[in-house]
Amino acid sequence: MKTSIKTLLAGLALMAPLSAPAFAETLRWASSGDVISYDPNAQVDSFTQSVHHMVFDPLVRRNKDLKLEPALATSWEVVEPTRWRFKLRQGVKFHEGQPFNADDVVATIQRQIDPGARNRENLSTVVGVEKVDEYTVDLILRAPYPLLLNDLAAIYIMSKPWMAEHDALKPGNASTGVVTYASNHANGTGAFKLKAYEPDSRSVFEVNKDWWDKPQHNLDEVEFRPIASDATRVAALLSGEVDMIAPVPLQDIDRIAATDGLKVVENPSLRTIFFVFSYRPELHATPGQPNPLRDVRVRQALWHAIDTNTIQKRLMRGKSRTAGMLVAPAVTGYDESIDVPLPYDVAKAKALLAEAGYPNGFKTGLACPNDRYIADEQICLAVASMWAQIGVQANVSVESKTTYFPRTDKGEFDVYLLGWASLPPMDGFSPLQALLATNDGTFGGSNADGLSNPDIDKLAHAAASELDETKRVQMLKDAFRITHDQVLYLPLHQQPVAWAMNSKVDMPQFPDEYVRPWFAQIKK
Amino acid sequence: MIRLLSVRLLQAILVMVAVTAIAFVMFRFVGDPVASMVREGATQAEKDAVRAALGLDKPVVTQFVKFVGQVLTGDLGTSYRYQQPVTTLLLSRLPATLELVIVATVLALSLGIPLGVLCALKPHAFFSRLTQSATLVGISMPTFVTGLLLILVFAVNLRWLPSSGRGDLVDIGFWQTGFLSLSGLKSLILPSITLALFQLTLIMRLVRSEMIDVLSSDYIRFAFARGLPKTYIYGRLALRNALMPVVTVTGLQIGQLIAFAIVTETVFQWPGMGLLFTNAVGYPDVPVLAAYLLFVGFLFVMINMIVDILYTFIDPRLRTR
Repeated sequence: MKTSIKTLLAGLALMAPLSAPAFAETLRWASSGDVISYDPNAQVDSFTQSVHHMVFDPLVRRNKDLKLEPALATSWEVVEPTRWRFKLRQGVKFHEGQPFNADDVVATIQRQIDPGARNRENLSTVVGVEKVDEYTVDLILRAPYPLLLNDLAAIYIMSKPWMAEHDALKPGNASTGVVTYASNHANGTGAFKLKAYEPDSRSVFEVNKDWWDKPQHNLDEVEFRPIASDATRVAALLSGEVDMIAPVPLQDIDRIAATDGLKVVENPSLRTIFFVFSYRPELHATPGQPNPLRDVRVRQALWHAIDTNTIQKRLMRGKSRTAGMLVAPAVTGYDESIDVPLPYDVAKAKALLAEAGYPNGFKTGLACPNDRYIADEQICLAVASMWAQIGVQANVSVESKTTYFPRTDKGEFDVYLLGWASLPPMDGFSPLQALLATNDGTFGGSNADGLSNPDIDKLAHAAASELDETKRVQMLKDAFRITHDQVLYLPLHQQPVAWAMNSKVDMPQFPDEYVRPWFAQIKK
Repeated sequence: MIRLLSVRLLQAILVMVAVTAIAFVMFRFVGDPVASMVREGATQAEKDAVRAALGLDKPVVTQFVKFVGQVLTGDLGTSYRYQQPVTTLLLSRLPATLELVIVATVLALSLGIPLGVLCALKPHAFFSRLTQSATLVGISMPTFVTGLLLILVFAVNLRWLPSSGRGDLVDIGFWQTGFLSLSGLKSLILPSITLALFQLTLIMRLVRSEMIDVLSSDYIRFAFARGLPKTYIYGRLALRNALMPVVTVTGLQIGQLIAFAIVTETVFQWPGMGLLFTNAVGYPDVPVLAAYLLFVGFLFVMINMIVDILYTFIDPRLRTR
């Protein structure tokens, strides 16, 4: 390998801008995993999409309260039930200087709905896109669909000339092994430009001075570093190598909070943790006997037997939010009057069991992952001992998420733990369609345990195409009320999202767990 | 000679076939990648489509035949997670791992040999005893504990060295090196010490015991009787003979090191092949896992074969067999 003085000098010159000048405000943050790719259509990873949002803008985006607001589209109207018209923002430029117009949106949507796009389903109802004029675009839908804006908030607009130049108009694809230039380069209109990307090491972003929006941050540079090992990530924060870590390993929260110059920010996230019941004719634990979980009184008894207070205080260190329904307050379809857990009452639980014909309880399996949700394994063990109080013998089985989730899909468990964040749409339709509706190939994709309720199915299919928002939200609430009254699922809590940062960093935290540096301030 | 070589080659091929089969069978049981590849709330139809696209819906035998066919043509498949050819991924992570392994090996040899000689020459000196007990710690402490302790002392408390990453890199062609920048060199120190520690202790103890054996042999005693200078006896006559097994062990250790680098790379977020492997386990990114296993298997088979062949050249008695 020949190295000339020239290459060395070039290398040194390259390194120079990476060490930021003293006056620049750099935010260095570390997370547990790296982005999978910088190609928006090459993955369905929620963390990766959150990092992309620094570089790209969607047509509509979420504001500080997570409400939808105009971004690259300034206004929209429903021309026909299956045709939406978007007016685009003028005078916007991509990071490499290309002007933004309708062609970019058309090319982006076509790339998104290409059968080869890994995340094709994130915009599943759109079947076509038409350019009306330089700054107007029509989206053609398969059927009337109320959640188009929610979906569009996760679709990042790319530059057509840039994609054409780098032969990236088609998305990268795992099954065919297509890798594009877009996998490790990015050219968006967002608040930050991607300056360097070293897989598994770091991504460096610099502020986009020509951003169309008024910046609410004072950063010049953001450096993102993946650090997989929990202990090393905490060490990097303690040694001052990074300003922020998200997520924080639970066992280190107290230690970091007690360290001078560091703070921990914790709030309940959108992710609701709950138990799923099997509705099959028999349980795996007791083959040959009818399934007791099909009796609503048994399910109520199981809920009454759980001491949610202790779980919240002991296992979740007081940081979770006890829940009575499947969606968090920020999600559309939430209703305070439904969000009421059944009270902890062992006597009542026993009475209900006896009434259902199980005075001495019964046997069931109880499954949990041990590396997916906060304190997941401990929750299972605690609940098993609480259920033992009313005579229900739960055989706890715990395994890694890599084998656990395929087994939940195959319906191999009697009762198991699951979490649901309702992202990206942040709408109650997500659990309604995937968890509550009967599994028929298009609905009930995560309902593998035979739950089937005709009233809920009616509501789910009606809500799918109801464009009147008031009516639609009422349908969601009706469905959640049935879910609560019938205890179709047993909600526990919303788990917290925990970040730790240097005291001089002011970074708002969001329940969807996105890190949004365009709202961050570094105090002088 | 020719016969011996061809027998060795045949054995190597058989071992590789076995490794391929084990790699394939093992990863049937690590879990299902489809769950990681579809969005939350995906319908059954979506999951089935992904499964079919990856060929995971076909019978296991068909899958295995396809896998072996691919491996034979040098195609290690496409990573499920990164959507890139596995060969490209491994090659892009190779420089990091090799630089770490080379530095660790140099460190282990340059410290291990002198320390071993010292302990052999002055077995009762305080320093020798100290070294002896220190190596016990080195041999018995798990790699990740060593790594975290070093991070705690040198990164968190003293703040001298970075806790993770490779620092600033310089591109030389396709090779990204950390040798040419201050931060790159600083980043190398802790992970290479962590990785070298086990090897260092091994070499040190080996050199010491070999040295003690050689020093008690006749020709050394006669050399002293002839009044040859001490340095000549220890350095030229004794150490050279004592180093023979060290060469063998070091060769075999390089394969071990590349495999052992998994833990070190994970602790220090060192973007090499070991970290790629760790990240692939949780996904599970089966093509990457299988390729890594094949790579390590291939490495061991090659090193063993080369050592065997070298022996036949060195030792004439083996040639006639």
